[in-house]
Amino acid sequence: MYRRHVRRSNGRALAAGVLGVVAGAAVLFAARNMMRGHRRIIEPEDAPRRTWRRKGRWREGVGRTITVNRPREEVYARWRDFASFPDFMENVRSVTPLDQTRSRWVVEGPAGSTVEFETKIVEDRPNELIAWESDENAQVRNSGRVSFRDAPGGRGTEIEAVIAYDPSGGAVGRMTAKLFQRGPGVQTRRELRRFKQLMETGEIATAASRPAASHG
Amino acid sequence: MRALTWHGKHDVRVETVPDPQIVNPRDAIIKVTSTAICGSDLHLYDGVIPTMRPGDILGHEFMGEVVDVGRGNTRLKRGDRVVVPFVIACGNCFFCRRQQFAACDNSNPAYKADISQMLYGHHMCGFFGYSHLTGGYAGGQAEYVRVPFSDVGPIVIDDGMEDDRVLFLSDILPTGWMAAENCEIEEGDTVAVWGCGPVGLFAIQSALIMGAAQVIAIDHYPHRLELARKLGAKTVNYRNTRVYEALMEMTGGIGPDAVIDAVGLESHGFAPDNLYDYAKQSLRLETDRSHVLREALYACRKGGRVSVPGVYGGFVDKFPVGAFMQKGLTMRTGQTHVQKYLSGLLEMIRDNRIDTTFLISHRMPLEKGPDAYRKFAFEQNETTKVVLKPGMEARNG
Repeated sequence: MYRRHVRRSNGRALAAGVLGVVAGAAVLFAARNMMRGHRRIIEPEDAPRRTWRRKGRWREGVGRTITVNRPREEVYARWRDFASFPDFMENVRSVTPLDQTRSRWVVEGPAGSTVEFETKIVEDRPNELIAWESDENAQVRNSGRVSFRDAPGGRGTEIEAVIAYDPSGGAVGRMTAKLFQRGPGVQTRRELRRFKQLMETGEIATAASRPAASHG
Repeated sequence: MRALTWHGKHDVRVETVPDPQIVNPRDAIIKVTSTAICGSDLHLYDGVIPTMRPGDILGHEFMGEVVDVGRGNTRLKRGDRVVVPFVIACGNCFFCRRQQFAACDNSNPAYKADISQMLYGHHMCGFFGYSHLTGGYAGGQAEYVRVPFSDVGPIVIDDGMEDDRVLFLSDILPTGWMAAENCEIEEGDTVAVWGCGPVGLFAIQSALIMGAAQVIAIDHYPHRLELARKLGAKTVNYRNTRVYEALMEMTGGIGPDAVIDAVGLESHGFAPDNLYDYAKQSLRLETDRSHVLREALYACRKGGRVSVPGVYGGFVDKFPVGAFMQKGLTMRTGQTHVQKYLSGLLEMIRDNRIDTTFLISHRMPLEKGPDAYRKFAFEQNETTKVVLKPGMEARNG
């Protein structure tokens, strides 16, 4: 009886010791990983920066990628036609081309107001990339960069849209920018979905039972 | 028009609402001649599916006559009799091209798609009359319905087959068929089916057509088990019998080769884990009860197949992932790719290889919709399937 007791308590001590060592190792391991986590920021990484946990000071704006089951030329051409943006961009009332690179935008501002600004195309590589920027003195300074690449396995075209708003242009500008960015990325995601619907099906899905207020 | 609308738990009403009109080019407007209440409508009726709004028109099993078509629809014409799949699918996207219509990328409106994307990681397609997770589309328990992408979904019935024979092509017949197909049935197989509601019964029928040597049906309603027996299944009443033991004994100690959960998130029964789920669900600590799924995984033979047509919406506790992994099971599930199965199943109905009319226990006017829901929800033994007929006169009383 006595012996067994001794043995058991020895066993317990041993178990506690092992546990202690394991716990210590776990703490050290976790700490090492945390240190690594700090360093990882400068390690090469394939994920787009906007998906990083630690973004640093650099701000890219809102970015989303979507695959459209249509050929790249067709997708690019549709996006190059700025005048058709209101078809799938909820807050954009109109985009009027002024010349080859300049357009005049009318977008919805806060409380039913409208905000107007001009943009110019700063980069245009057919079937690959379109980038635009607003005027320096626009109330809502913004820029967009949309790139197109073939999706693997003949699945159409991957569109990556990165839209940035600079809310430095006064109160109206700030509020409009906020309106555009409600829930980071939500607006862009919805607009890309509508664009995809339009390209793939020829129409924008809506649950409306009657034509009025049929915005998807 | 008149339509059956949802107002809350166990509160549906027939109300007058504006008639639908063509909105998009590929739309059609259907004048409904028959519309059924689905078992999954009871999940809405019981208030366990989120994102319902008062006034939503219910119903996703319906057929009728085309009364208007959009300019982009070249396939349908006025006067066509059509059965409409509950799944709204565009026919153009990656998924539709692979006949995975229930995964359609484009039929859920852009801003509604956010809800299911947040819940599930990817957004669901659109359904008729089934909450705003699936688009908030008005349903078919109404006099008229707007049918989007009507050049892809609806199947034309041109030979005068009566409504009752073809109505269930809209959901439960393809759903039962796909449930059996997901079992990848081989010669000599035993398939166990939990739930002898309409989908379970059609799954039984389909499994036998696909060559299952034996189908074992599990339920607690004597009348429903009787229907299963008439279709050729062996029956187990879980009120009287321990299901796992029975299945082992009825399969030579091996267990069923494939199991089908045709019950879903509102499992009945007095098993301890189910009571645990009831308690957690009532405290909103869990959304789905899953006794059937646990039992099915436990009973399924090693390397067997698990098919889940039953609807789940959220999360379950105590998922037996150990049994799933250690026995090397395969699970297949999903909303039904209705469009994929329509023409084949219509052919089988026409050849009298499949009968669906045995299921219908009640035919009632649309105006009696609230009564019909009550019956279907609370008198499940007798009420196997209710078909509402908007054209049928509502008698007094």
